Amino acid sequence: MFETSLTWNDILFLLQGAGTTLAITFWAVLGGTVLGMLFGLVRASAPWWLNLPVGFVLDILRSVPLLIQFVLANSFKSILKLNMSAFTVGCVVLALYTAAYCAEIVRGGILAVPPTTRRAARSLGMTYTQDLTNIVFPIALRVALPSWIGLTLGVMKDTALVLWIGIVELLRASQIIVTRIQEPLFVLSIAGLIYFLMSFPIARLGARLEKRWREND
Amino acid sequence: MLNYTFHWRPALNALPDMLSGALVSLQIAVLSMVIGVIFAIFLALGRQSNNKLFYGFSTGWVELARNTPALFQVYMTYFGLGSFGIQLDSYVALLAGIAFNNAGYLAETFRGGLRAIPHTQTRAARSLGMSAPQAFRLIVLPQMFRVVFYPMSNQMVWALLMTSLGVTVGLNTDLTGVTQDLNVRTFRTFEYFAIAAVIYYLLAKLITISSRLFAWRLFRY
Repeated sequence: MFETSLTWNDILFLLQGAGTTLAITFWAVLGGTVLGMLFGLVRASAPWWLNLPVGFVLDILRSVPLLIQFVLANSFKSILKLNMSAFTVGCVVLALYTAAYCAEIVRGGILAVPPTTRRAARSLGMTYTQDLTNIVFPIALRVALPSWIGLTLGVMKDTALVLWIGIVELLRASQIIVTRIQEPLFVLSIAGLIYFLMSFPIARLGARLEKRWREND
Repeated sequence: MLNYTFHWRPALNALPDMLSGALVSLQIAVLSMVIGVIFAIFLALGRQSNNKLFYGFSTGWVELARNTPALFQVYMTYFGLGSFGIQLDSYVALLAGIAFNNAGYLAETFRGGLRAIPHTQTRAARSLGMSAPQAFRLIVLPQMFRVVFYPMSNQMVWALLMTSLGVTVGLNTDLTGVTQDLNVRTFRTFEYFAIAAVIYYLLAKLITISSRLFAWRLFRY
């Protein structure tokens, strides 16, 4: 019953795809977190004329399907005749998408710091920047980190969509193999298992962190 | 510098087609949500159950749904189930995939919601002479839905956005599918997909706003 034409090379090909998935995730999360912290700060404390437009754009990024965003960005790249690889486009779009969610997480974290704590810091003679880096960020981190881990895992799963603009990541790699050996269930199961192994341990870690930190509050 | 002329007219002419596609998207989202909620209630119960089999099954479902991409789940229902001799067309496969995903995420939400309801509520209901299913259905569930209403409306938006995955398994009646069909015929990718994006945005807002209104009407006191 367990006869399969799946070769060792195919497994390597799948792992290579998984590598691409992780690479895209890394760049997207890196870019998204940096931008997200910036936007989150804007959302938490900027005056309305900056806050509203930023909030609106981020809301659009969250309410339009990622697949559509990829297609739009890819065709826009062609219109502008930019010399970017599909990989770069994928990373940029995903980074912006991540930033939209990260901004809300950062905003929530910053707003979770009691104003009295911040006022106390300022009245001790700290500057605004000092207050931000030494008081607000450490406290906000505790609130934000579990959600941020969840976001990272979400982005990792969303990278599957870049196959539509022609990047061979894990899911696309499995599809290529399926086309050749015609054993969809088996090959897809392996791909699913790889996704699961990449996601599940970190998800557990995040859940544990959240529980532990809540106990200390 | 911009060596490209936008042609919005043909894209706007296709608007009626795209709007009927949007209706199909909305339909899939609503159906997947209804199915997802029903399954999620059982999964949430299963996660608290002492029955090993029930617990294992629900935990497996929830973890699988939450730790693999939605697109993978749709591929599984479309390509994977064929190995068991179950051939679903792309509409049903997409619906099944999203419903599976919804159920997994909602189960965790519901579990949190159930925990927020004091145990004394069930005990009070039981001591009033209700049977256990009655107490659950009439006392616990209504209170739980109030707690989880906001995350549920978020999941509904997610379900709508996930319907766009249908195009990868060859569905051509939903909004993305219709747009893609128009796209391969004309290669005006940007124009068509920009309009699709606007429609998706409006639909997502429609869901958010109507669920706010609904919650306001439903949970007045």
